[in-house]
Amino acid sequence: MPLVRIQGLEKFYGPNNDLHVLKGVSLEVNEGEVIALIGKSGSGKSTLLRCINGLEIFQGGHIQVDGDEVDTRKSDLRDLRKKVGMVFQSFNLFPHLTAGENVALAPTVAKGLPKAEAQKIARERLAQVGLAEKFGAYPEKLSGGQQQRVAIARALAMQPKVMLFDEPTSALDPELVGEVLKVMESLAQSGMTMIIVTHEMRFARNVCDRLVFMHQGRVHEEGPPETLFSNPQTAELRAFVGGG
Amino acid sequence: MEDFTLWVIISNLLLAARWTAGLALIAFAGGGIGGLIVMFMRVSPIKFCRVLAMAFIEVLQGTPLLMQLFMTFFGLSLLGIEVPPLAAASIALTLYTSAYLAEIWRGSVESIHKGQWEASACLALTRMQQMRHVILPQALRIAIPPTVGFLVQVVKGTALASIIGFVELTKAGTMITNATFKPFLVYGLVALMYFLLCYPLSRYSQHLERKLYAAR
Repeated sequence: MPLVRIQGLEKFYGPNNDLHVLKGVSLEVNEGEVIALIGKSGSGKSTLLRCINGLEIFQGGHIQVDGDEVDTRKSDLRDLRKKVGMVFQSFNLFPHLTAGENVALAPTVAKGLPKAEAQKIARERLAQVGLAEKFGAYPEKLSGGQQQRVAIARALAMQPKVMLFDEPTSALDPELVGEVLKVMESLAQSGMTMIIVTHEMRFARNVCDRLVFMHQGRVHEEGPPETLFSNPQTAELRAFVGGG
Repeated sequence: MEDFTLWVIISNLLLAARWTAGLALIAFAGGGIGGLIVMFMRVSPIKFCRVLAMAFIEVLQGTPLLMQLFMTFFGLSLLGIEVPPLAAASIALTLYTSAYLAEIWRGSVESIHKGQWEASACLALTRMQQMRHVILPQALRIAIPPTVGFLVQVVKGTALASIIGFVELTKAGTMITNATFKPFLVYGLVALMYFLLCYPLSRYSQHLERKLYAAR
């Protein structure tokens, strides 16, 4: 039983639903697997990721996470979101809260844990991303890389079963990309199930178990990184790998 | 004429100014609570709530405050509910303040980046929890300067309550003028007292605005 199972996902955008962005996407992700979604911008990879935790509605197909159907018509998606952590390109830390408070907020508010316990979780998670000493710092005092690591700690604090990363390093200065990727790599080694939309091809190749190449709203090619990189089957992937 | 020394005029105006301040405080408090409720309805995912809040805001922003005072004072007595001028003025000013504050605060809430909603939703917060812990604390910072600025309008708006016979600063000024025949002096003092009530508020608003931009 895969942890995430996507079957025939159809998604339309636009005022008249005339933009067909996902054209029957199917994908299965097993527990502990690390998947990279790659492809050109506009290929639908971010949209696919955002459908998994109900940030986008979809018009056809099914998504199951940990056996439960994702139903975006429901207004209450909290049970789903307790299982799925999300990291955004633009970090989206809460600027009025310190790093520690950012991480402790959801355990306190959404899970109802006592404050002391939530703080302990926050300390552990910040230590995990190498920012134990930044517990009391406000986001504006942190570098982009540090902010993204806090955002990862914040998602981990809810003990998700799967972590989604939406271009986590795309908004970072080049010299800050490495520290975030290192945290993600150690997370992958710890056995976390991860689905990552990324343009970091070296990371995708070295860390991920499987690559999913998306093209024009479809899964165009998928497989182990070595196979895809050294022996791309389609012209599109060849062009993408060659160009990227 | 000896009966009305300058000091007598001033002390009587000061006594009446307490009611202006009191009425303004009632409008601030009532309008604050009302504004919060209307604002929540205005940004609600339920269409009925949004439409209701919009209609409320449109009506109160699209009619003169004076008419709203007349409607509450005379309208309610037509319905057989005898309301004293203070109560009528309080109700009308509360509704008026609610409508404006709801719009100011809605603007502040909607200026918060969509990513903040998404990030907090992804952490399994309910809509109310998102508001309480993530959106409102940030919106508050943005909302304070225009809110305080609007309260100056409310202080000045209380003058209209004089028309339905509530003895606040303006009404007291009229009464004293009728007795002293010194309109320029008396109304000059009335204006000065409004200024003394409003000036600290507008200075405070400017101060908050500067602080807000400095912090960014």
